[in-house]
Amino acid sequence: MTAAEQVRNPQAIFISGNEAVAMAARDADCRVAAAYPGTPSTEILEYLSAYPTVYSEWSINEKVSLEVAIGASLAGSRALCAMKHVGLNVASDALMTQTLIGAVGGLVIAVADDVGLSSSQNEQDSRYWGRFAHIPVLEPCDAQEAYSMTRFAFSLSEQFSVPVLLRLTTRICHVKGLVRTDASEKTVARFFNKDSSRYVMVPGNARNRIPLMMQRDKELAQFSESCELNRFEPGQDRRIGFVTSGAAYCHVRETFPEAPVLKLGLSHPAPIETIRAFAQEVDQLIVAEEVEPLLETELKAAGIQLSGKDILPRIGELTPSVLRPALAQLTGDTCTTAPATQNDLFPRPPTLCVACPHMGIYYCLAHVKNTIISGDIGCYTLGAGQPWNALDTCISMGASLSVAQGIDKGRSEADQNKNVIAVIGDSTFLHMGMQGLLDITYNRGNVTILLLDNRAVGMTGGQNAPSSGLDLHGEETIQVDFRKLCEALGVKPARIHEVNPYELPVLFKALREEVKQTGPSVIITNQPCVLTERYRQQPVLAVDADRCTGCSNCLDVGCPAILVERRETVIKPNGREKQLAFVKIDSAACTGCNLCINTCGPDAIIPLSRDSRINAVEVSA
Amino acid sequence: MSYVTNILVAGIGGQGVMTAADIIAQTAIRAGHDVKKTEVAGMAQRGGVVTSHVRFGEHVYSPSITPGHADLLLAFEPAEALRWAGHLRTGAAALVNTFAQTPPVVSLGLFEYPDAPLEQLARYPISVSSLNAGDMAIGMGDRRLVNSLMLGAAARHLPFDSGLLKQALLDRFANKGGKMLTLNEQAFDAGYREPGKI
Ligand code: SF4
Ligand code: SF4
Repeated sequence: MTAAEQVRNPQAIFISGNEAVAMAARDADCRVAAAYPGTPSTEILEYLSAYPTVYSEWSINEKVSLEVAIGASLAGSRALCAMKHVGLNVASDALMTQTLIGAVGGLVIAVADDVGLSSSQNEQDSRYWGRFAHIPVLEPCDAQEAYSMTRFAFSLSEQFSVPVLLRLTTRICHVKGLVRTDASEKTVARFFNKDSSRYVMVPGNARNRIPLMMQRDKELAQFSESCELNRFEPGQDRRIGFVTSGAAYCHVRETFPEAPVLKLGLSHPAPIETIRAFAQEVDQLIVAEEVEPLLETELKAAGIQLSGKDILPRIGELTPSVLRPALAQLTGDTCTTAPATQNDLFPRPPTLCVACPHMGIYYCLAHVKNTIISGDIGCYTLGAGQPWNALDTCISMGASLSVAQGIDKGRSEADQNKNVIAVIGDSTFLHMGMQGLLDITYNRGNVTILLLDNRAVGMTGGQNAPSSGLDLHGEETIQVDFRKLCEALGVKPARIHEVNPYELPVLFKALREEVKQTGPSVIITNQPCVLTERYRQQPVLAVDADRCTGCSNCLDVGCPAILVERRETVIKPNGREKQLAFVKIDSAACTGCNLCINTCGPDAIIPLSRDSRINAVEVSA
Repeated sequence: MSYVTNILVAGIGGQGVMTAADIIAQTAIRAGHDVKKTEVAGMAQRGGVVTSHVRFGEHVYSPSITPGHADLLLAFEPAEALRWAGHLRTGAAALVNTFAQTPPVVSLGLFEYPDAPLEQLARYPISVSSLNAGDMAIGMGDRRLVNSLMLGAAARHLPFDSGLLKQALLDRFANKGGKMLTLNEQAFDAGYREPGKI
């Protein structure tokens, strides 16, 4: 929206794409919304939870969230589920059958692709799912379009009786822009219309639905040719013309303001004939799409000459700094963008928070010998980093247990004496880990499981899960009993331990004893994520400079509040050099979790208030 | 194409980089611009590097600043200032909080914190101003005042009236009671007076 438009529309609000999707869903009279938190999609449900007209929930996983939305749609209500790209893999089983049934109330699946991998285990292009599932794909390019296309998606879904995939990317979800909203609508009340030939997908019924789906594909392709979301923007410089969508459109417009552009809002099915006509009008047609050459392949198959991934990168975002040099060879323009000069600086990787209850676990794991440690998705994946280096695998939600089982069963003679350990968080365990535990107990696996229950989905900001005893709205609900759950999944009661992760000696003892046993054990930790309201701050700690020997043991905890004040090299009696690091504690960051106290032999770490000779950093920003 | 102003705010997760960027964006909206704001961060809350891009002008398309095109760098930490200096255009300004923060990888002795980051910064074709917003904030009684100090200092470099920026900042504290409001106003003014060229 330009300044002039802003003056015309003083009500325009400055919101992110995620907030825009949530507002649009509410304004479209969406009644049910479900999701499992995942960056960059998390905030969609957080915003929706504030609207009393929408039933909203954190589901156990993405498949469940889609199934909840499907149920609501079949009951006649408009429904939305949101997830990140990897979540759609989990939900795909439901999706591939739902596409045959089709929607009743508008059904929108908002999927956020992490293009450029800001916090995901892979980069993937969810537009594939649109093709695979025979459903239309809408691609907004900014917050305004996230709003208007979400509104459109509900009506499109009802018009063609099809779930609609709203493909978002990080650059849509987390970018704030000016958004003008439209009047909210009220949908007609429907009811669940018993129709087993349509809703019960046994082979005989499903077979009958496939031709209907094919027919729907044709109609959608026809619709796409004249759909207003596919917009032609003429330009003076006809040397190159672009077919583009989503965030890539913004980058193209920024980089080549004079080029003609066909912007696809409804990118699947693509308006092939419109694109064919456009190709005639420019010297060279470029398909600028983020991640995979999907559209490019489709257009080439239709006999349209163009360039795409032969000159543009297949990974990451198509920002101006990527587009300009890539297209310089075609335009003949000299590339004026200075390459980003990156200083040769220390890295600043994400770390566990000060006082994170997982630190003690990784401190122990780093000190236990002969281990193979299978990790999972969540904050505790950071245990793979310094100083712990205590993870050997991390693949997907819940995989720690099943991968550990595989390692156990598949290990060679050389690894027979190793202890196979799986580390998983509470919400991840409930999301997909339980099945792995059952597999281990059922098939007599020999794995020690660390179930790090911090009562929250820590990684995405401390959202609630059945382990917190609170729902999305912060209201009390059931709280899962992990001890009983593990027992029900076949773990012997004697092999289930609950420990305080800040009590290192207890933790070490439990771990050392359990890895020696055969058969599965579960060690459950019981302290909350520090980002949640449950966490209680205690008296701040400090280092007594007179007592600190510079042994640097406490640094192995990995707490960001422990800083090195000075380093010294001393010669030991045996002639060897030894590096000493004398430490201080950032008293503004320290929350008094007391974990580091356990690691300090000379008892140099003490509560700040008790001694004035202490060596604390007064405050740090 | 009409000119777009590019502000890069850089720091570490948890420092308030996003909030500062948000206040600049709000001010730009009030000044009648089209605005886009994004953050570029991997797992920002966990102490990693975080930047926020604010772009405003007649019409903004791309949310991210092309390297070599930033007009102002607002750096909440000296090493982070150095990390992002290459994203500035020639003649741009950098405003740096000199209060250093070392991450665990440096404490562990695996990497070194850069020597004299401000001197290294001065080698770029940019103008550098600095203030120890960290110490100043502590002196004023609350470390969270870093944000207001930095915004006050930034007001000298932004193409809108400093009063407009100050108001956007203070509006955040409108319902938080008098003390925070006064403190942040004082911090903003102190920041506005403070930064000297190096
Ligand atoms: S968010 Fe919670 S679980 Fe994650 S690192 Fe911080 S304290 Fe630990
Ligand atoms: S463990 Fe104790 S003695 Fe060793 S460096 Fe840390 S504070 Fe000093």
